[in-house]
Formats: sequence, C-alpha cells, structure tokens
Amino acid sequence: MEQDWINGLIGGGIIGLAGAIYLLANGRIMGASGIIGGLVDGSAGSHAGERVAFIAGLVAVPGLIALVVGAPDTHATGNIALLVAAGLLVGVGTRLANGCTSGHGVCGISRLSLRGIVATVFYIGAGGITMVLLRHVLGVI
Amino acid sequence: MRRIMAFIAGGTFGTGLLISGMTDTVKVQGWLDVFGDWDPTLAFVMGGAIIPMAIAWQLTRGRRPALGGVFPVRPDPRVGRNLVVGSVLFGMGWGIVGLCPGPSVASISYGGLSGLVFLAAMAGGMWAAPPIRRRLAQADAAA
Repeated sequence: MEQDWINGLIGGGIIGLAGAIYLLANGRIMGASGIIGGLVDGSAGSHAGERVAFIAGLVAVPGLIALVVGAPDTHATGNIALLVAAGLLVGVGTRLANGCTSGHGVCGISRLSLRGIVATVFYIGAGGITMVLLRHVLGVI
Repeated sequence: MRRIMAFIAGGTFGTGLLISGMTDTVKVQGWLDVFGDWDPTLAFVMGGAIIPMAIAWQLTRGRRPALGGVFPVRPDPRVGRNLVVGSVLFGMGWGIVGLCPGPSVASISYGGLSGLVFLAAMAGGMWAAPPIRRRLAQADAAA
C-alpha cells in the first residue's frame, strides 16, 4: 500500500510535468476530454495536428513501456453493458462540463479555478454515490 | 515543433498515468469506494500533479508560450448548470467502470477488448454532446 502511494506521488508529479510542458511550450491546457472531444466533434480546427500528436504520444509511450517491462492489468470489467453505459456517461458528461480529471482536476485546481474545484467535487461525489449504489446496495459492480 | 512538444507532453502524461496506477480501474474505484476497501492513492496522484502544474501557472505570468501564441485566458468563472450536470454524469460513468478519458486512451495497447468498448462508447458520447448542449440552450431560451 505504501509503495502505491509513492508510485502515485511520483506518477502524479510526472502528470503535472506533462501539463506544464503542454502549457509552457504549446500554450494549451492539458485536458484529455477536450483534446479527444475536439477531434471527435470536429471543433479542434487548426489545433487538430497537435492534438493528434498528443494522443499519439499518450498511446505510444505507455505502449512501449508495457512492451518492455510488461503490461499492467487494467482490471476493467468485461460486462459490455456496463462499459457502454459508463463510456457514454463519461463522453457526454466531460464535454458538457468542458473537462475531466486532467482538465478540471489537475489544470483547474492548480490555478485555483472555481469551476475546476466545483467540477471535481461533483464528479468525485457522483462517483462515490455510484459506487455505494452499484456495489453495496445493488451489488452489480 | 508544436507537434513534437505535444507528442512529448502526451507521452509524459501517459507515463505518469501508468506509473501512478491510474490505468488500473481497481485503484480508481477503490478511491471512490469510501465504504469499501478505501484506497487513497488517487489523492497522492492529484496532489503530486497539482504542485508542478501550479508552478507552471506561476511561470506564465508576464510571458508567452515558448512556441508562440498566447496563454489560455481564464474562462468565465460562473458555475453553470452544464458544469454541474456534466460533472455528475461523468462521475457516474467514472464510478461504474473506473476509467476516465486520459487513462482510457493511455491503456489502449494493454486494456484489451474492455478498454476498446469503453473508448468507442466514450467517443460516441463526446460526439453526441454538442447537439445535447444545443438542445439544453434552446430549452433555456424557450423557458
């Protein structure tokens, strides 16, 4: 458990470094849902190229690490209905809210953005309530 | 150059997600499961990420991005309904499977079929969001 926290802190620092690079070099906010969503709905415009490059790095580098040191297990459910429902909720929700864990959570809170803080409180709260209902009350996850 | 730096930022982001354990849905659901076997790792990840990012925001003051352009302006600070409703929907989906946009993309190469199904559905949701947003705005205007 203690090792997990240390890995979390180190990994978190690297995530923050990534956000710092994207901000200070490209002048862009590192929000995963915005970067992906802008490509999906075509609103990326002239920024499409750097978004594709960002996603290419996001896919390729963990893939390379997994290839060299072995792939970690995501432990994701195999239940297709749950995966589809969750994916749709995450997709619609992050685009309506204009951000997810990286955009609102990391980039928003670090500049003391009220919107980022409010979004984070609501998505963590909703996630917690969902866990209670689906795991402890209904027992489906 | 913009694309090279974007690739490096994306790769760094993915490395951090992998090392921190955030592509493991058990760790994410463990954080949300306050009444179960609670796992505080995500708080360490968030804290670890916010510190360099806060320094980066300080460094933007009086400067321009290294590759040109301007830094993003502060968005309208008002907390609207879309922010709250969207975050609640996102949180529900996050809880159900334990994946959010960054980790779902970072784990494409090792997440198997489950990861691909989630990703396809998420892309579908993102595609459907702009019309839903327009409908909500129309309903507001009519009310």
